[in-house]
Amino acid sequence: MKVLIPTPLRSYCGERAEVEAAGATLAEVLEDLDRRYPGIRFRMIDEQDAIRRHIRIYVNRNEVRALGVPLANSDEVFIFQALSGG
Amino acid sequence: MTTKPQARTKPPAAATGTVALLIGTHKGAFVLKTDKSRRAWKVSGPMFFGHMVHHLILDPRDRRTLLLTARTGHLGPSVFRSTDFGKSWKEAAKPPAFPKAPEGAKGRVVDHVFWLTPGHASEPEVWYAGTSPQGLFRSEDGGDTWAPVSGFSEHPLYSQWTGGEQDGTPDGPKLHSILVDPRDARHLYIGMSSGGVFESLDEGADWRPLNAGCRADFRPDPYPEYGHDPHCVRLHPLAPDVLYQQNHCGIYRMQRPAGKWVRIGTSMPKKVGDIGFPMVLHPRDPDTVWVFPMDGSTVWPRTSPEGKPAAYITRNAGKSWQRLDAGLPRSQGWFTVKRQAMTADAHEPVGLYFGTTCGEVWASTNEGRSWRRIAQHLPHVYAVEAAELGR
Repeated sequence: MKVLIPTPLRSYCGERAEVEAAGATLAEVLEDLDRRYPGIRFRMIDEQDAIRRHIRIYVNRNEVRALGVPLANSDEVFIFQALSGG
Repeated sequence: MTTKPQARTKPPAAATGTVALLIGTHKGAFVLKTDKSRRAWKVSGPMFFGHMVHHLILDPRDRRTLLLTARTGHLGPSVFRSTDFGKSWKEAAKPPAFPKAPEGAKGRVVDHVFWLTPGHASEPEVWYAGTSPQGLFRSEDGGDTWAPVSGFSEHPLYSQWTGGEQDGTPDGPKLHSILVDPRDARHLYIGMSSGGVFESLDEGADWRPLNAGCRADFRPDPYPEYGHDPHCVRLHPLAPDVLYQQNHCGIYRMQRPAGKWVRIGTSMPKKVGDIGFPMVLHPRDPDTVWVFPMDGSTVWPRTSPEGKPAAYITRNAGKSWQRLDAGLPRSQGWFTVKRQAMTADAHEPVGLYFGTTCGEVWASTNEGRSWRRIAQHLPHVYAVEAAELGR
């Protein structure tokens, strides 16, 4: 499925704004993303599997807060940098 | 305590090569380079532009490898490694991270990697990292993969030693000042803000507090076993039985094997006090130490007392101190110098360097007798480390 990458994470995927990843849940998609682009997951998901404070993830137009949410191949995953101050 | 006192090692010859200052800032890393004369300085960077770089270290064992800690406002913490002095970088395959907590339990999360220490000379691939909140991590492959030092992070007293989030510094509790005894790779010290100074004799398998004699005047018992706030702890490589500490509650010295801190800041001028963050040791004289006092009165402004910045030096292990302010602003100089932001080179006379939170770097090539500004308009400086390039 399509995954949109925000500017802070594009150095991991050849500066591409949009990449492909596969999985039946958000957790699996992020694991696959990390296999393709090593290191990218830990910068947005912490060691307790929580989405980091200033990262937002949407599936289509709905924000998701947990990694277990099921996904379909037609879904689009949007990763955003939220506001984080100076 | 099994470490035996040892006669002081003969000092090494003074360095004569070029010097680089490795600057970590709130918005990236910079390098200031000079030649052997140390007169002209050239700034390069930023590297990791926009990243918070809390520490950047040249490995003294090969004088080639750089390790750097970074995070951004959005992205989690990581460690990067360069073997070509910053031309290219490779991210750690497994950055420092706490273990995943059992289902239903609240696990710890590394907010930032705050401190880096190269391992013992006999272990060229070993590095240690200290994090916020307090975590101690070890790498055995040159900084590529990191694992918690479980003897510390899973110690039954970890929670008591480290306290809660309210016991930390304004930007989070930290583990810092990781010291390796040059005589024994298994003998380690750490400092925690808060928590205090701790010691391990078995490469981190077990730890014990080392805070006797040190005040913690922000607690009901001003001399607790732990819970102190050491800002910076240093061990002299030529006399590893000598420890110095710039603490939240003064300047201290410890002579091992005795395990008691002695406050040596009481001979500082009363209107200046003995509060500060960094502490710098002379590379060839264990009795010579520099500090950079901060205002720790009332609401703790943490700026140069009365807006008159100065370093202070003792050449007799703290019996007396002399003010070193020639060249620094005479008034309205509200410097804040953080615990990693002051350092010394190994030349003769010793070069001293410090960075401020307002983005200036100051240098003295005569052991602090006079100062000049060598960089300005940088971001908020977290760390300054002097690297001898040896050519």
